[in-house]
Amino acid sequence: MRHKQRETLAAYGFLMPNFLGFMLFTSIPVVLSLIMAFTHWNIFKAPFWVGLENFTSLLWFHRESGRLVPNDPFFWQYVYNTVFLMSGIPVGMAGSLIVALMMNQKLKGIVIFRTIYFLPAVCSGVALLILWKYLYNADIGLINKMIRLAGEQVYRSKLTAIPFTAVCALFFGVTATGAVGAILSLLQWLAGKMRFTWREGLLRVLTIASGAAIFILIGAFGRGFYSGVSGFFVNPPDWLGTVQWAKPSLILMGLWGGLGGYNMILYLAALQGVPTSYYEAAEIDGAGPWSKFWAVTWPMISPTTFFILVMSIIGGFQGGFMVANVMTGGGPAGSTTTVEYYLYQTAFEKFNMGYASAIAWFIFAVILVLTLVTWKLGGRVVTYE
Amino acid sequence: MSRLRAGAKIALYLILSLGAVSMLVPFIWMLSTSVKQPNEVFTSGGGLSFLPAHLLWRDSVIGGEKIRAWWGNYPDAWNEISFLRLYLSSIFVAVVGTFGQVLTSSMAAYAFARLTFPGRDRLFFAYLATMMIPGSVTMIPVFVIMKHLGWINTYQALIIPGLFSAYGTFMLRQFFMGLPSELEDAAKIDGSGYIGIFGRIILPLSKPALATLTTFTFMGFWGSYMWPLVVTITEQQRTLPIGLRYFVGQHATNYTQLMAGSMIALIPVLLLFLFNQRYFVEGIKLSGIKG
Repeated sequence: MRHKQRETLAAYGFLMPNFLGFMLFTSIPVVLSLIMAFTHWNIFKAPFWVGLENFTSLLWFHRESGRLVPNDPFFWQYVYNTVFLMSGIPVGMAGSLIVALMMNQKLKGIVIFRTIYFLPAVCSGVALLILWKYLYNADIGLINKMIRLAGEQVYRSKLTAIPFTAVCALFFGVTATGAVGAILSLLQWLAGKMRFTWREGLLRVLTIASGAAIFILIGAFGRGFYSGVSGFFVNPPDWLGTVQWAKPSLILMGLWGGLGGYNMILYLAALQGVPTSYYEAAEIDGAGPWSKFWAVTWPMISPTTFFILVMSIIGGFQGGFMVANVMTGGGPAGSTTTVEYYLYQTAFEKFNMGYASAIAWFIFAVILVLTLVTWKLGGRVVTYE
Repeated sequence: MSRLRAGAKIALYLILSLGAVSMLVPFIWMLSTSVKQPNEVFTSGGGLSFLPAHLLWRDSVIGGEKIRAWWGNYPDAWNEISFLRLYLSSIFVAVVGTFGQVLTSSMAAYAFARLTFPGRDRLFFAYLATMMIPGSVTMIPVFVIMKHLGWINTYQALIIPGLFSAYGTFMLRQFFMGLPSELEDAAKIDGSGYIGIFGRIILPLSKPALATLTTFTFMGFWGSYMWPLVVTITEQQRTLPIGLRYFVGQHATNYTQLMAGSMIALIPVLLLFLFNQRYFVEGIKLSGIKG
């Protein structure tokens, strides 16, 4: 008995510093935050209770001349921005996996490549954002300088201009045809599900026709196409300064920084953990590299994919603050303001603590739902050994 | 993986090199801009040169034009935002914060993993539950608490809320659970108290886990941006990222100086990484496994 009491006392002693922090900086704040979400408070005057008002003005809609209008139109725009920026996540994951697959080969000097690819991740922070703001500068940024230089090289002489346009037309034509083909094969798959018998012939005709149509269109509007392409090279866009380019530019920057970073290392570790005997068994069964990947590698690394996906979703929905604060100020026209940046502005620029707390609980709710959905879906797909 | 044919090898090297170039070019551009003359940056048009027009060791006059030494932007940037002070602030906050967090986390983890006491499992579950709560929920109330304590714009505000981490406690607890109990029993028979067991057996056996937590906590403190921005007001209290951010605000177009400042901020991190790379990679792998 005496011994038990001593152990309990010791345990409380060891826990105490951590527990104090847990109470003061997590438990009590969570409760406070929930209360604050139901108040109006600008921290200078006393808060007052407003019930659900913060949530209704944040999330609800009202009728305006017969149309439904959100009470806080900015908020929904910022939610859209956040989701748009998160669309880089699957692309980045696929890229990281491809890099990890390459790094997993037995090649001389592969460690040097790994170091180089990891550099952006280790340097991440304000300094890199400053660098990218400079790279994206419309007049003196490296990216636009390179585009203009390429344009000059190509368009200065008629000799290269026309073949170049032809190459561009071919590239865009093939890409567009490929996209149409992909959509059509999806339709074909759906038709197969519904047991149409004439699908194959018809869809093949449609694919060829649409491919031909794209090339005919490019040919017919050749002049416009030519001036469009050359206009881009002569006068490249102001990447961070225009609404339609700002978000894609930030996604591209994120891909550059994340391709060889933490996710790649996690994938590499997962790939190295796949037993070689599995590959040997697959080889005996006559599997090529492609089917080996889908039958062995992909299921074996699925827990890692799942882990990265969940962490990226959690991080992505509350992300974008530093980028907006350092590079764009949330602009142009609010096109790079994320929910997290809106929360910061509401709390620490407008000192609207109640409303900001409501935004925080919205973020929490969305993350919770997204994680649970991923968990449910993932449970079916992920293979644990 | 199986061996590759020569053709595949060459193709792989080509693709990897292409990627490596695109990873490195921005850094090279940063370095080259930081040693250029301030007006050289603004020669717009097709002028795209990675090499600066002049690379001189001393300030000189060439053809009636004043040309600065290549390193000239660095002392300017260094003095402009008092980098020394920012560095010392950042190092102080990160070192004290990391040490404190690893200490409190390992102590709590020891209690959770190795001791029995009433309410242990329920409390641990509460810890786990709070790991789901995003930082944005607690940030505003913690700010209010800091304001009430009068800690706004102090080192306490930068360090103390970061001393506690449910994640660190969880990670170390998982590691401590896996340690063999024989050594602990032997120490008990020798008459060691709980502090002795914790300090002489548990901690030395957990070096890899402690190293991982230390690395990531340090990086967390070092790169922390939103919280320091919220709780610091004056220049004296700022950490490196915040100082850099205000540097951009004041010198929006002085790119040579901005790039020199960014280089100054990056070089120590780069060196640390290059010399501890293997260790770093192992840490990431360890952190992903329990996920």
